[in-house]
Amino acid sequence: MTIYAAPGTPDSLITFKSRYEHWIGGEWVAPAKGMYFEDITPVTGKPFAEVARGAAEDIEAALDAAHKAAPAWGKASTTERARVLNAIADVIDDNREMLAVAETWDNGKAIREPLNADLPLAADHFRYFASAIRSQDGDFQEMDGTMTAYQYHEPLGVVGQIIPWNFPILMAVWKLAPALAAGNAVVLKPAEQTPVSILVLMELIGDILPPGVVNVVNGFGVEAGKPLASSNRIRKIAFTGETTTGRLILQYASANIIPATLELGGKSPNVFFSDVADHHDSFYDKAQEGFTLFAFNQGEVCTSPSRALIEKPIYDSFLGDAIERTRKAVQGNPLDTDTQVGAQASNDQLEKILSYIDIGTQEGAKLLLGGERADLGGDLSDGYYVQPTIFEGHNRMRLFQEEIFGPVVAVTSFDGYDDAISIANDTLYGLGAGVWSRNGNVAYRAGRDIQAGRVWVNNYHAYPAGAAFGGYKSSGIGRENNKLALSHYQQTKNLLVSYSEEPLGFF
Amino acid sequence: MYESQVTIEGERHSRVALSDEALALVRRLWTIHGPLMFHQSGGCCDGSSPMCFPVGDFHTSAHDVLLGAWDIASDADVSMPVEFWMSSEQFAYWSHTHLTVDVVAGRGSGFSVEAPEGVRFLIRSRLMDAAEPFA
Repeated sequence: MTIYAAPGTPDSLITFKSRYEHWIGGEWVAPAKGMYFEDITPVTGKPFAEVARGAAEDIEAALDAAHKAAPAWGKASTTERARVLNAIADVIDDNREMLAVAETWDNGKAIREPLNADLPLAADHFRYFASAIRSQDGDFQEMDGTMTAYQYHEPLGVVGQIIPWNFPILMAVWKLAPALAAGNAVVLKPAEQTPVSILVLMELIGDILPPGVVNVVNGFGVEAGKPLASSNRIRKIAFTGETTTGRLILQYASANIIPATLELGGKSPNVFFSDVADHHDSFYDKAQEGFTLFAFNQGEVCTSPSRALIEKPIYDSFLGDAIERTRKAVQGNPLDTDTQVGAQASNDQLEKILSYIDIGTQEGAKLLLGGERADLGGDLSDGYYVQPTIFEGHNRMRLFQEEIFGPVVAVTSFDGYDDAISIANDTLYGLGAGVWSRNGNVAYRAGRDIQAGRVWVNNYHAYPAGAAFGGYKSSGIGRENNKLALSHYQQTKNLLVSYSEEPLGFF
Repeated sequence: MYESQVTIEGERHSRVALSDEALALVRRLWTIHGPLMFHQSGGCCDGSSPMCFPVGDFHTSAHDVLLGAWDIASDADVSMPVEFWMSSEQFAYWSHTHLTVDVVAGRGSGFSVEAPEGVRFLIRSRLMDAAEPFA
């Protein structure tokens, strides 16, 4: 067990600056309007740094820098771009603990997660795309003996990226790595709830990148995100967030005739077939843990397994065991490596979760565990903590249909395979799903029949670089985490070449 | 509490209300951004929350439902209409609940206009008498 010292105390691995500016053109740049906003740590509910409050002028400055940098970066060899990405990965590895403390302080998550998941995955992600771009081939087709069509991958140029707050560094990296590998310059806007950890990362990697290749403009969505997303100086916009803003971004993109990729919400079913309980062995234990993963990252994951579907013959026993397992989840100081459930990222997030617990109760869902804000005492009393919460109900309840983005799972039973698939697919969303069965045939068929972009079979919440990630239905457009993502950041150039001296003969 | 006008044909009861604090905030935001509207968002990060946009910024479609509308003007001589929209596919799951737009301290909100004020619109819900709104 390790308890990392809180920032602001003498032994802390990080001393935050009192004020963070924008990162534009390889320099820290004060906001054009001279305004700042406070970044609050969810751990204690107290502000810990000021951050530049960006506006349209700052976005324009960042776009100027990006346009200046894009041509040379786009023509840099894939060898050179891969070298830069690998160097960034090494810096992340070398500063893992410090970045983990920064991430936990900014977001509230239990530090074992950034130590063991967010940051190792971020480093690996850069390495994966360094490798992917090195090994990406163009292609050609011989049309006849004297004509050949060559297809080249070319960068788009300057792209915009808007990042969510649930995995501030990792979600930025999911977007940055393919964009940079493909040779684009980026203007990135972090979430206003969690801007600082990305800026700490930029302090470390800023010098590795040529000036202007990555630019970070902070601020609120309406003031900084909107001028970026609606700019006619970007060739693509990537966004992770919710459906209404996703639609708005598509509307802006349509006005500029540019592509958009969107990773939106989910309400992921986690389906447990009765044979998981045939033996009380290691696999049963794994399935039980798979249920409890609804509380991973405080439920602030687009793919959180927030609907648990349990087959009737094992419903009471499996759920009973799962409640006991969840009851043992350790909620506490997010900087303690033994803590399993930390703080929600913001006060409004806390309030939203509590409002859902309220409507769930009104709708007649049965509260089986938790259901309240947690007061952890001392400095943590004003932090944003919610008890892991289990509700039992049916799939037409709002608890089962809306993404709560908190440690709340809605549980129901199903009667046979067809009922499982019907309930699993009765949702607007299709981002993630889990299927648990000892029968490979059942697991395979269920994995194929559930309408979701990622179905975890006999596991959950793994995010290895290489496994394509993205949504069906209202959960979005496009794929990340896989070399497919390169295509979202590339144009196709076709050279159609004649190797003949003979005229066509038409005129 | 300010109940909306009924905007769904055949219905007799308001589906959505502004809390007093929300009403005051919308009036204040109107002076900064001009005419405003709400669109209820679906899931993810800042989602499952009402987004407040300048009129004309977000385009509703034939597949959105107008849940209600208010005139938020405090002066009888002027009109300040504010509409509240939701996608029809989302409405299919929400239609049995009455919504109240409230305000809490908060940080961020997609592109919704209230975030720089340090607050966030939030939905509070209660069950509707199932027979009534559709009567």
